[in-house]
Amino acid sequence: MNTVPENLRYTRDHEWLSGEDEPAVGITAFAGEALGDIVYLELPPVGTVVTAGDPCGEVESTKSVSELYAPADGEIVAVNPAVAEDPSLVNADPYGQGWLFRLRLTGTPELLDAAEYAALIGAEASR
Amino acid sequence: MSAVASSTAHACPERDTAGHDQPSPRRTPLHDVHVGLGAVLTAFAGWTMPLRYGSETAEHHAVRRAAGLFDLTHMGEIEVTGPEAADMLDYALTGRLSAVAVGRARYTMLCAPDGGVLDDLVVYRLDTERYLVVANAANVATVYAALAGRAAGFDAAVADVSGDWALIAVQGPRSTDVLREVTDSDVDALRYYAIDPAVLAGLPVLLARTGYTGEDGFEIYCAPGDAAAVWAAVSAAGAAHGLVPAGLACRDTLRLEAGMPLYGQELTVARTPFEAGLGRVAVLDKPAFVGQDALLARQASGPAELLVGLLPAGRRAPRQGYDVLDPDTGVRIGTVTSGVPSPTLGRPIAMAYVPADRAAVGTVLAVDIRGSRDTVTVVELPFYRRQAGGNA
Repeated sequence: MNTVPENLRYTRDHEWLSGEDEPAVGITAFAGEALGDIVYLELPPVGTVVTAGDPCGEVESTKSVSELYAPADGEIVAVNPAVAEDPSLVNADPYGQGWLFRLRLTGTPELLDAAEYAALIGAEASR
Repeated sequence: MSAVASSTAHACPERDTAGHDQPSPRRTPLHDVHVGLGAVLTAFAGWTMPLRYGSETAEHHAVRRAAGLFDLTHMGEIEVTGPEAADMLDYALTGRLSAVAVGRARYTMLCAPDGGVLDDLVVYRLDTERYLVVANAANVATVYAALAGRAAGFDAAVADVSGDWALIAVQGPRSTDVLREVTDSDVDALRYYAIDPAVLAGLPVLLARTGYTGEDGFEIYCAPGDAAAVWAAVSAAGAAHGLVPAGLACRDTLRLEAGMPLYGQELTVARTPFEAGLGRVAVLDKPAFVGQDALLARQASGPAELLVGLLPAGRRAPRQGYDVLDPDTGVRIGTVTSGVPSPTLGRPIAMAYVPADRAAVGTVLAVDIRGSRDTVTVVELPFYRRQAGGNA
């Protein structure tokens, strides 16, 4: 039920990055399912310089609030206005309309490929 | 993102306030049904319970607009029987249970001698000399011990019969439509806070018109061995009416919108019913009962703090445990007891204890939401009230 698209790269914090030069960043279906219905997102404004692993926003669901960590070093170059307006897009379409922001990378991030991420969530799901 | 690993709020809607070391969580007789439905399960008060089956928001809306089906078997049942059962409960609890007619129910509290709330309860009078006391899952042992102790000198027996009962709730405006299809009992005639034996899907049950969602609805007490058949029958009959299985996550948002207190959050042993705005449950002019002197004193002095509803100006929800602040000075003046994004209102809501002189409706306060000082306004409870016209 938790598909892991082959064309994306992933972090251990359950974020995905697209393959473009300025990748889109989102939350994986696995994380969205674990969080429950997402009702509010606090996203870093355009121009924010972020450091991999540092908190850069918040994801609030009915039952919990989680920090959003920057998946890589870089600068925020776009924020998805649709998802800010309707955070349920993260649950409904995590790899499409539910993207959060675009990042101009400064450096080469260490990311997981789809197989590695699938193994990670397989391990978490079976815990 | 730390979604899976770290959350700063409780993932569980109702907490194990007793904090018992539970060796292995208990399963309700509907466990396999929940697993088959793909439920997300959660540990709660020593039980493994369904948190949600799909979207908790969709389940919440289904209960407000149609109907939801809940497994509440974790709730505890304690039976009090005997010629002096009524007198004993009048002594042990804050309400006047002797005045409850057979077939009716009452919301009441068990207080410590100092007036602190040990649990909030629904008590059904099943017969002249037979009461069923329904306790929160985390408090069953406390309630049983207190009632057994307070029964000394009364001709009344107290028994923890939790293992004899499964509890299934049908909640929402279409509940009567659903129930009509599975029982020959006159469900429309069953009044709010009434209970009657009924035959449901050919099985003997106790059918009560009670609930914890702010909607019309029923609670079905049945033998654990019959629970799966009752669930299946209600599910099948309910599908055409929009009934869906509903978990503890939406139970929490539903009760909070309805302004209903949750033991361990709004109600604790450190508070009397008066602070919670529930002084009406303390019948102070009845013969001596446990906590009477303390409650009389609290009524006379007035509570120093009061439970209020808070409506934040922003989109972030104040969560349980967050500080309520004076909006001008930033000084901490109170504590949030519950807070969620309200599915019905489409904005966050919260309840909090604040000083009595800051509790007036319209008072502007602030809440420290993870380091930022967010404006909130004291509003009247409940946040949501169903349209008139139902049985209740």
